Amino acid sequence: MSKKTPFYDQHVAFGAKITEFAAYLMPVSYTGIRQEHLCVRNSVGVFDVSHMGEFRVDGKNAEAFLQKITINDVSKLLDGQAQYSAMCYPDGGIVDDLIIYRFSPESFMLVVNASNIEKDFEWASRHCPADVVLRNISEELALLAVQGPRCLEVLQPLTSTVLKDIGFYHFAEGKLAGKKMLISRTGYTGEPGFELYHEPADSAELWDVLFRSGAAAGIQAIGLGARDTLRLEMKYALYGNDIDQSTNPLEAGLGWITKIDKGDFIGREALQKVQESKPARRLIAFSMEERGIPRHGYDIYCGDICVGQVTSGTLSPSLGIGIGTGYVRSNCAKTGQEILIDTRGKKIRARIVKPPFVDRSPMNL
Amino acid sequence: MKIPKDLKYAQSHEWVKLDGDVATVGISDFAQGELGDIVYVDLPQTGTKAVQGEACGTVEAVKTVSDINAPLSGEVIEVNEGIEEEPTLVNSDCYGKGWIMKIRISDKSKLDELMDADAYREFSD
Repeated sequence: MSKKTPFYDQHVAFGAKITEFAAYLMPVSYTGIRQEHLCVRNSVGVFDVSHMGEFRVDGKNAEAFLQKITINDVSKLLDGQAQYSAMCYPDGGIVDDLIIYRFSPESFMLVVNASNIEKDFEWASRHCPADVVLRNISEELALLAVQGPRCLEVLQPLTSTVLKDIGFYHFAEGKLAGKKMLISRTGYTGEPGFELYHEPADSAELWDVLFRSGAAAGIQAIGLGARDTLRLEMKYALYGNDIDQSTNPLEAGLGWITKIDKGDFIGREALQKVQESKPARRLIAFSMEERGIPRHGYDIYCGDICVGQVTSGTLSPSLGIGIGTGYVRSNCAKTGQEILIDTRGKKIRARIVKPPFVDRSPMNL
Repeated sequence: MKIPKDLKYAQSHEWVKLDGDVATVGISDFAQGELGDIVYVDLPQTGTKAVQGEACGTVEAVKTVSDINAPLSGEVIEVNEGIEEEPTLVNSDCYGKGWIMKIRISDKSKLDELMDADAYREFSD
């Protein structure tokens, strides 16, 4: 049975093309992926991401529990701060990537990928000690992302919380549009922006208020299609494409969240070995130098030798060329290296580049 | 959704307009709408033998790749180079400037295997 987010009627009213994603009926696009993509880069867009999963973690040993099941250092978090992290299996493969929010030293929230909610909850439950309360609150929370250089214009008039004062990967609990909300300075686009966690009963009104407030800025609804092209231009990993249980965070370019020295955690031993021996392959970013669009699963060649596969690919709406990511053998993973992408039998020239593909940063509000 | 009366349609959502023994082929309004922004078109070489129901090119949208199937068998005698340069023509004018190729067909009777506009409207509903 397909589920609907609290914004389903709004998507239909806005003329969205709907698809099923992670058991939810979600908007792929409204006016066209390219147009929506550029709207977020140049102005501001609104994404319904209510399908994402949220878990509450409460208890005296909440931090110790999270320290054990995630790879980043939870002890570095302060109240009101968020952290990008991942859960790994003992062999170093990735269960999921996620964001951890700290409300207090004994109270946290995890935000996980929609398609992994059940798997993640089962995995976390299995390691949860008796004195920590772990709850799946995914159905109790709706989530809208407001992203783009003009996001403040839309949001600031709706709240007394000073949004500029919320640092990147920090959050505030306050009211916006008169509704209780967790206002988080996070996103998946490379643009400055906020994510608004709220009660589903407030969703419809919040949507209307946002579109009224953003009319002058040219605010638009953005579907999952543009969400994917926006994140790929930044080389943000997508679970199921670029990372999964058969990939480890070190080869995926997530060494910056892998804190081997923080103490024991699930996957540590395996990841330490990978770190010592260096990953055998790496997730690289590449741009096409001839016409053609890379797609998930296409083979990557270095000369005559197949050295890996494409994990994500698209035509970059910002650049107008094919861009992609993929795992290749470490000895062919240098920036500047010329590679070939086997595009349904045609080998097309591409070059490994240093990400992000576009010169954007979510830091500059 | 536009479904011109004077065209024939394949189940794989190509349209055909027959002029003598030359069939002009494109993709339907339904197909372009489903694909979304078309960003790249891979056309067959002229002179290629097209086989009814088999792929002879591709259209790529931002998210997906879709085959262009030959709605009739014959020889590809011309392709629309305009859509190589400007693939969005397939979105904006799929029955006009966004045509894809011309095939000199080998067996006219096969045209009867394609749907007329009414049948296609029902099919793609």
